[in-house]
Amino acid sequence: MAKIEPLQNLMAEYLNEATLPSTWCPGCGIGTTMGGLVRAVSASDIPREKFVLVTGIGCYGGAGTYIRMSDIHALHGRCPSYATGLKLARPDLHPILLMGDGDSSAIGGNHLIHAARRNINITAIIMNNHIYGMTGGQYSPTTPIGTKAATAPFGLTDHPFDICRLVAAAGGTFVARTTVYHVAQLASLIGRAIAHPGFSLVEVESICPTYFGRRKKMGSPVQMLHWLKDNSVSAAKAKEMSPEELEGKVVTGVFVEEHRTECVAEYQELIKRIHAK
Amino acid sequence: MKGQSKEVLLLGNEACVEGAIMAGVRFFAGYPITPASEIAEHMSLRLPQEGGCFIQMEDEIGSVTAATGASMGGVKAMTASSGPGISLKQEGIGCAAIMEVPLVIVNVQRGGPGIGNIQPAQGDVMQARWGTHGGVHMIALAPSSVQECFDLTVKAVNLSERFRVPVMILSDASIGHMREKVTLPESLELVERPRPKVDPKDYLSYDTEAPDGVPPMADLGTAYESHFTSFIHNKKGFAAWTDYAITDALVHRLNNKLLMHLNDILLIESYLLDDADMVVVAHGSTARPSKAAVNRARQAGIKAGLLKLLTVWPFPYEHVRSLAKRTKTFLVPELNLGQLAGEVERCLGEKNVLHQVNRVDGGLLTPDQILAAIEEAK
Ligand SMILES: Cc1ncc(C[n+]2csc(CCOP(=O)(O)OP(=O)(O)O)c2C)c(N)n1
Ligand code: SF4
Repeated sequence: MAKIEPLQNLMAEYLNEATLPSTWCPGCGIGTTMGGLVRAVSASDIPREKFVLVTGIGCYGGAGTYIRMSDIHALHGRCPSYATGLKLARPDLHPILLMGDGDSSAIGGNHLIHAARRNINITAIIMNNHIYGMTGGQYSPTTPIGTKAATAPFGLTDHPFDICRLVAAAGGTFVARTTVYHVAQLASLIGRAIAHPGFSLVEVESICPTYFGRRKKMGSPVQMLHWLKDNSVSAAKAKEMSPEELEGKVVTGVFVEEHRTECVAEYQELIKRIHAK
Repeated sequence: MKGQSKEVLLLGNEACVEGAIMAGVRFFAGYPITPASEIAEHMSLRLPQEGGCFIQMEDEIGSVTAATGASMGGVKAMTASSGPGISLKQEGIGCAAIMEVPLVIVNVQRGGPGIGNIQPAQGDVMQARWGTHGGVHMIALAPSSVQECFDLTVKAVNLSERFRVPVMILSDASIGHMREKVTLPESLELVERPRPKVDPKDYLSYDTEAPDGVPPMADLGTAYESHFTSFIHNKKGFAAWTDYAITDALVHRLNNKLLMHLNDILLIESYLLDDADMVVVAHGSTARPSKAAVNRARQAGIKAGLLKLLTVWPFPYEHVRSLAKRTKTFLVPELNLGQLAGEVERCLGEKNVLHQVNRVDGGLLTPDQILAAIEEAK
């Protein structure tokens, strides 16, 4: 992997100026997440044309329009299954999935866990803003219990998913979390995820000032970023903390990094074995 | 077709697999359901032998979207299911249609909604046409024998590539599970999707200037930057649904690219229609007993003829209309309560009379039942 470049050096090459400005709200965390993606892609040894962005439906889904890379912007929740077919048919390609928390863990939860189980060599970057942004602030499977949302006017009564733990339990072999405050870590974790030969997940704790922050009275986007800074704890430090101390904290870092057989490579081996007979 | 052909005994579902493989399909994603499962089972055996790839996905929408992804990578792809599973695929089928991705979907029809039953039925005729969103035209082909399972699957692959469109095979439990002799050709003519000839920097994912309405399609992972989207889009593949003119033009083009080429798409067999007083319109598993019934009607001196639809969608309206001008009586036998009959009715004039003979108990229509209906209608 080459050195990670500052974003301004990459703008001209990667941004599709004709489609800008984006439709994202001012202060949204998606732009920062995209910055991390662009920096990681440009630093990787893989030629750009071998990447395919596979985006779900949600605010993040429009990303393929703004970046000069091939993309599939298809159905809500189904990024992992489009990418599974694409990767099996074309093992030389590198699908990168861009999904929201609702897209990936509600409607697409089944595909997410099965892609992790298969340990298929694709990278998922889940932008978790803890809310359904695009449809106007309804609660998602990662909305904290008690939170008020468009469909929880009295406060939410059910428990959230921890997406990293979900994917780790399902069999993902690279599982990490960072935030849109930690821009350097964001790019480097995405880079490591891309280089990892198996199912990799980077969960990006993001901010949605419009539908999450406003209802929770978290203040301006800058104040929300400060909240992220003050409430993030590295995985190493978290090990020494009690569950009570960790309540409401965002744990960042790499949780899983291991090697296990990968399904596309195994299938290619199977084809070779059949033909050797 | 050239060289030496070969005769084999195959299950209808297996014939779909062999036809697909011979037509170049190298990817299949599926989810088990009776009576379609043999397609997945046979694919899992045959595809790796041919250097292709089979995957059993976690559900039906996962299967159709995985197959769509594979096709975007430039590999001919297929999925299969039955009634309720096809409903689950519908969102993905519509998405493939608007993204213009070639894809073949086999629907081995069974009865009833929900678990319903696993008996033969023709209850998904309308689902094949209108099951997805936006009213885009689809192609649906209906085999009535194991040989036709093979031939029409080849045709489905070729049509889907030619027009960048999802094509459904409307088979059913009786045809899928029937074993018959099939002649496999030594080789056949393969059709490839139109691929771009322009310089990569000039490539547009949806170049609507293509005279036949079918834009060239680059494989993902090449020098051609591609944007596939289920949004109403412009030529680049970027969302344009706020533009009425672009929206209107796209929806029309998706319809017209098939309607402009009906001669290449409509497969119809006319049997004893030249002098017929009565037209029996049948497809799939009702076509064979209908032919037997027509033969027996002729022996009894009734001038019946058969219009067998191998292409169900687009429906051959013009064809039926011209028959309706010179023939008074129509009879539509179906394993549903009149789905195809409704389309025939749209073609009839004041002097025409439409009769139906239907079965929805899971059994097949017999020549006797259809003959009785012919005698009653005459
Ligand atoms: C099948 C289907 N159901 C519902 C929708 C409507 N929908 C669009 S975006 C969205 C929520 C997206 O939320 P999330 O994934 O959290 O992304 P965000 O918008 O917050 O970035 C929903 C429910 C849809 N497009 N398709
Ligand atoms: S609604 Fe929220 S997530 Fe969506 S663009 Fe606006 S700030 Fe970003």
